[in-house]
Amino acid sequence: MLAYILRRILATIPVMAVVALFVFSLLYLAPGDPAAIIAGDQASPADIEHIRVALGLDRPFLVRFGSWLWDVLRGDLGTSIFTNMPVTTMIGQRIQPTFSLMLITLVLSLVTAIPLGVVAAWKQGSAIDRFAMIISTAGFSVPVYVIGYVLAYVFALDGFELGIGFFPVQGYTPIQDGLRPWFMNLLLPSIALGMVYMALIARITRATMLEVLSQEYVRTARAKGAGQGSILFVHALKNAAVPIVTVVGIGFASLIGGAVVTESVFAIPGLGRLTVDAITRRDYPIIQGIVLMFSFVYVLVNLGVDLLYTLFDPRIRY
Amino acid sequence: MKRRSFLTSAAAVGATLAAPRLSLAQNLRVLKFVPQANLSSMDAVAGTQYVVRNAAMMVWDTLYGVDSTITPKPQMCEGHEVNADFTVWTFKLRDGLKWHDGEKVTTRDVLASLKRWMVRDTMGQRISASLDALEALDDRSFRFRLNKPFSKMLFALGKSNAPMCLIMPERIAQTDPFQLIKEYVGSGPMKFKADEWVPGARAVFERFDGYSVRQEPSSWSAGAKKMNFDRIEWIILPDSATASAALQNGEVDWWENPIADVVPLLKRNSNIKVDIGDPLGNIGSFRMNHLNPPFDKVGVRRAVMMALSQTDYMQAVAGDDEALWKVCPSFFPPGTSLYTEAGGELLKGPRDIEGAKRALKEAGYNGERIELLVPVDVPITKAEGDVTADLLKKIGMDVNYVAADWGTVGTRRAKKDPVDKGGWNIFHTWHAGADCINPAPYTALDASGDTAWFGWPKSDKVQQGIADWYAAPDLAAEKAAAVEINRASFENVTYIPTGFFLQYTAWRKNVSGIVKAPFPVFWGVEKT
Repeated sequence: MLAYILRRILATIPVMAVVALFVFSLLYLAPGDPAAIIAGDQASPADIEHIRVALGLDRPFLVRFGSWLWDVLRGDLGTSIFTNMPVTTMIGQRIQPTFSLMLITLVLSLVTAIPLGVVAAWKQGSAIDRFAMIISTAGFSVPVYVIGYVLAYVFALDGFELGIGFFPVQGYTPIQDGLRPWFMNLLLPSIALGMVYMALIARITRATMLEVLSQEYVRTARAKGAGQGSILFVHALKNAAVPIVTVVGIGFASLIGGAVVTESVFAIPGLGRLTVDAITRRDYPIIQGIVLMFSFVYVLVNLGVDLLYTLFDPRIRY
Repeated sequence: MKRRSFLTSAAAVGATLAAPRLSLAQNLRVLKFVPQANLSSMDAVAGTQYVVRNAAMMVWDTLYGVDSTITPKPQMCEGHEVNADFTVWTFKLRDGLKWHDGEKVTTRDVLASLKRWMVRDTMGQRISASLDALEALDDRSFRFRLNKPFSKMLFALGKSNAPMCLIMPERIAQTDPFQLIKEYVGSGPMKFKADEWVPGARAVFERFDGYSVRQEPSSWSAGAKKMNFDRIEWIILPDSATASAALQNGEVDWWENPIADVVPLLKRNSNIKVDIGDPLGNIGSFRMNHLNPPFDKVGVRRAVMMALSQTDYMQAVAGDDEALWKVCPSFFPPGTSLYTEAGGELLKGPRDIEGAKRALKEAGYNGERIELLVPVDVPITKAEGDVTADLLKKIGMDVNYVAADWGTVGTRRAKKDPVDKGGWNIFHTWHAGADCINPAPYTALDASGDTAWFGWPKSDKVQQGIADWYAAPDLAAEKAAAVEINRASFENVTYIPTGFFLQYTAWRKNVSGIVKAPFPVFWGVEKT
């Protein structure tokens, strides 16, 4: 197992190299550069050209890529063109909000979607099943920003004057400044971000459970007098877990994408907003740094998912 | 876990959950401000973004300030002496000026700052071009010796138009003028907390107790800069709906530029006050590339102007609220001393679409495709671009609407190439009224051809008018030069003004002391 994990981690190196080359090439080919943005609207064309030269943006592609790659190999992701702050520092500032958001989203999604999917499968065709499917269809269909604005209007601005407008509209409080403000800041964004994720997990849980519940060993468990809870959550759910874990892992990528929108709507200073800001300003070192980091995290998540398979299905061995 | 340790932990978590974040008294000492855009850098000499200028004005001071009557007043300087022909200017710094790190401000710092600024600023470049010597007389006095008269020295040193003449410590001012500074030590009323800066999310300024406040009343960038807050926090909220909700919820105190769409909502809220922010407003701009056909022909440029309706543009930009905009057949903002409508007749009266079609044909328009660059991520330029696309189609032009983000347009508009090699024909922007009050900060008015602003207009008459303004000894002569410039600029169609518009600012009613100015004035603002 350890050898397998090491092999998988080593396999990330060529993946990261391809990602690095791809991202660098895309940014090189993309129109626009940071010189015009630094210079501002009132600057003259000559000023912009001077700034381009000062930033080294006039150098050939291979020289720029080589220089950046050499720095990355030494663990230096570079410095922001605008703020002169190290990219690692800027990413470090943003990691906690984004990962807090993802953590709460993940927990909320799992604790609501899995029971919902299980119960929907158990009561197939019932009102509960239909309700679960309506909720999950809505979760898929309504964009994150619409859910975000509605939640903010109702629960932060007290839109319907029900006395429930006690959540902040925007911002983020670090966990070290208090658990309550941290949680209060993240609850609405997590619900907004988690809707599509919940829908995905609930649907896959329902579908897999339906298949598992028709298996003979479930009938045997029932014949042996096992309780309904035990049948659903011990016998059936464990056997349905592999596809659910796969979807949770795949959904992580959509969570990253959704975080960009959610962080903008709720003004959470996370990696999503940093990415958007860096793209609009053409702050190349930041974009490259974040994409590399997310690629690495995604590879690790996939590795984690593969390892979890062995936990739920002992027949799987690496 | 033992029962006692469990209870202790639970109590600790409970206490954390219940802990209030800021007491009321502390809250009154903190101003939470939503700026017009993200503060991505802090160098208002290397860059010309307004948001950077607004932040930098708190951190760095200027030798002179400009008050609400556009009159320069001493700021870091105690005063000055000038000879009769404006060629020798001698200045003396106030006593007791200190940097945020506690060091004294000296003329070495001032000279280094002036040298950096003179490379980047058009007025600075004029001074530099006629400079015989810039010399320190002692630690507090310095002198310019010029070989040509320059009567606008005080305005140059005090103007709030970027690149601003901000005074920095010598070691910082020695940074290449085309590179951003890496250290943020100033002598202004607020210190920049670089350690709390989260670019794209938050910037924090802390009161500088060593700031030497002037005794004169505060007026824009002149007079007393007395800070009533210990901290000013800039909260970056790019989404207007979020900013609006945050202001209504009392999570922020002041929003610099609410978009017109949310203003009615804010006006209905009894806890919020909404008013015009910058009285000098803005002038919308329809900028053509004078190098590429068909706009290399003045007749074609004039034909478009004949059909252009400023009302259409202003309604698209500022909506139906007529308090926010007006038709402006001038290159200068209404209400300012140089405002004139001389030469602007073609923009007045009913629009003549049929006449424009005929004029286009007569001017030699051959059906060339018009490359219209539209930064769709900026609501104002998006609105202007939409109106232009419609206008050009109405007068029979073939339009290619190029939707892009501002970063792309900002780079592409610098290309002088023909359209088929990545060049362009039209882009839109707007100019802050403060940048249009006279020709000095007005880069868009320059018609020097190859060295002019994007579009590279060329008109000797315009350039002569600008030279006459610089040489003008008094306001009457300046006004005469402005008439000359306005007429020549319309004749040449340097660009087409699409109208004059204002923008609102909004704040919580417990905040007082907010003044109308071309930039957010933080000194004098209070919270109760």
